[in-house]
Amino acid sequence: MSPVLRPRLPRRAGGGRSRLLRTPKVAVGSLILLFFVLLALFGPMVAPHSTDWRASRLDNVPHPPSGRFWLGTDVQQHDLFSQLLAGGRDTLLIAFVAGIIATVLSVLVGVSAGYLGGRADEVLSILTNIFLALPGLLILMVVMKMMPDGDTGNPLLIGAVIALSAWAWGARVLRAQTLALRNQDYVESARVVGEGRVRIILFEILPNLLPILASSFIFTVIYGIGAYASLSWLGLINPTNASWGTMLNTAQQFSATTSGTWWWYGPPALCVAFVGIALALLNFGIDEIVNPRMRSTRRGPGGRRGPRFQLGLTPVVRAEEGIRS
Amino acid sequence: MTDTVTPISTRVVHGPDRPGTPALEARSLTKHFKVHGGLGRGAGTVHAVEDVSLALPRGTVTAVVGESGSGKSTLARLLTQLIAPTGGELLLDGEPVRGDARSRRAYTSRVHLVLQDPFSSLNAVHTVRYHLERPLKLHAGRRLSREELDARVLALLERVSLTPAESYVDKYPHELSGGQRQRVAIARGLAVEPEVLLADEPVSMLDVSIRLGVLNLLDELREREQLAILYVTHDIASARYLADSIVVMYAGQIVESGDAVRVTDAPAHPYTQLLLSAAPDPERVEAPVLRGRGAPPSLVSPPSGCRFHPRCPFAMPVCSEQAPPTLPARDASSARHVAACWLLDPEQASDESRIDAAAEPPAQAAPSGRSAGPA
Repeated sequence: MSPVLRPRLPRRAGGGRSRLLRTPKVAVGSLILLFFVLLALFGPMVAPHSTDWRASRLDNVPHPPSGRFWLGTDVQQHDLFSQLLAGGRDTLLIAFVAGIIATVLSVLVGVSAGYLGGRADEVLSILTNIFLALPGLLILMVVMKMMPDGDTGNPLLIGAVIALSAWAWGARVLRAQTLALRNQDYVESARVVGEGRVRIILFEILPNLLPILASSFIFTVIYGIGAYASLSWLGLINPTNASWGTMLNTAQQFSATTSGTWWWYGPPALCVAFVGIALALLNFGIDEIVNPRMRSTRRGPGGRRGPRFQLGLTPVVRAEEGIRS
Repeated sequence: MTDTVTPISTRVVHGPDRPGTPALEARSLTKHFKVHGGLGRGAGTVHAVEDVSLALPRGTVTAVVGESGSGKSTLARLLTQLIAPTGGELLLDGEPVRGDARSRRAYTSRVHLVLQDPFSSLNAVHTVRYHLERPLKLHAGRRLSREELDARVLALLERVSLTPAESYVDKYPHELSGGQRQRVAIARGLAVEPEVLLADEPVSMLDVSIRLGVLNLLDELREREQLAILYVTHDIASARYLADSIVVMYAGQIVESGDAVRVTDAPAHPYTQLLLSAAPDPERVEAPVLRGRGAPPSLVSPPSGCRFHPRCPFAMPVCSEQAPPTLPARDASSARHVAACWLLDPEQASDESRIDAAAEPPAQAAPSGRSAGPA
């Protein structure tokens, strides 16, 4: 690399990173998410009691939050604060496993269908449509019911099952976008240069699908949290598993909502909601960064001074800058 | 279906006349696209390219001109093997081209296509360096060292006059102007070190001020590197400026071909005359009279006989019945100037007044060329 170029590269990389964090939605979203990730990692360790620890075997009245039990106790005198701290790990693990598996599946099916076309496209599209048409929660319930009891507590397995019901939407969107991209001139140029099929998919098409991939991943994670919470709430998950979903499930079983014990169902529900909000904020933020038009409206009046971002204008300005330096 | 493959035209090979084996030759190249009919419409076939024979010798520029939808771009894509022909064959250096993956890879190292739109022909996620390194790595035949790659990438940028090369090599496409991008696209073509360069309207998306630069670059490549260049355009003026020989396409068929100056000065086919009269000419005083009328024909069900006859001002009864043979143009001096038109057939066009009407210049380009006289 020539010495002329050296000062430029870090500037570009630095600009990109700070731009990412300068977007308030991304900043807030990642802060909240970071908090919950830390909670998932260290929550079970810092919890004052274990999840099945009971303060008393005689008392069967749920106690409201107090100095001794920060979030109160449930009917069986479990410490709810400890349960809340410990319950994040499984919830987030399952959601992210579901997100990763579903994204990988949707890329495999969607991009292959879009790029290969013809018979392969037809078969893969039919498969996608079948999974789209089936109600996801129903598949989950059937599959979970069929599993032996010991397995309904395994987070990786649950994540995989949730992914099975969540990949089709992403595959469909990715297929459509790949169809649009594969006739782009740069893909044709790559073929003319002699690039292979796999190389074109991985290096020419996939990078351009990243914004869609990111949003589809985040959506699946949100869906995964919801699906897991609903599954536990429905009692399909091994209840000895401590998670926000199982907490909600037991709260519902003891009709906590009607008896006014808000400290029982409120905190886990809020946790689920906040993780969802954090991921949604991240998603919007990524959208803004990827889509220059949205960025320009955000930076409109009251934003930074200087030329507004416009397609077609910037390259000329940048090019001249390059010549002068 | 009106499959009118005339036996005579298969014998005529268009393109510049040079001794020796042409770098790339197409023989009776045909491409039909199947179209799926929607509800209530039957499926059909688009006759995109019909029976095209074309030779591209080294060190020459052949221009393909025609209006939109005349099959120019399809022809270029057929020649790069981006799409498989329905019929006909390709000969590279006189050897028939086979379709298997291995020979395809070899083919891509000898024939390259530069696309029309420099804004979409470069991938926005890759730098200029990546775009130029890939063909070098693919076609070097051995592992190139980092230094060697860098040196060759910089040399390529210098060759397309992107200097100083160091300031361009790490830029992304969006940081470059249209002309600079097109130069990068051409540099990528050169990285392949092809023998044949196909340029699909390389300047039509560019600002007028940088068109000449790209055209002169192609001219230089012909002179210095002895490339065989196919220049697809709808701008007949730039074709005359750059090309050795011009091929005029209409509705998927070659209707006229010959020496560039000859074709533009003394167009033999009414369609070429129409094209020339439509081209802007600053020296023309009166408004041009467009003698043709109508729109390009449907390629799903092309007109019978000569495909141009519904628009042709000189159409005769025979034109709608039989496809015209490819005949030498009236100026006997050049044997390579041919056109597929019944007007050139002495038997059909025996009516003297009709010949005069046909030979009358529609544009006041160069009347002298037209006085060569009927045979």
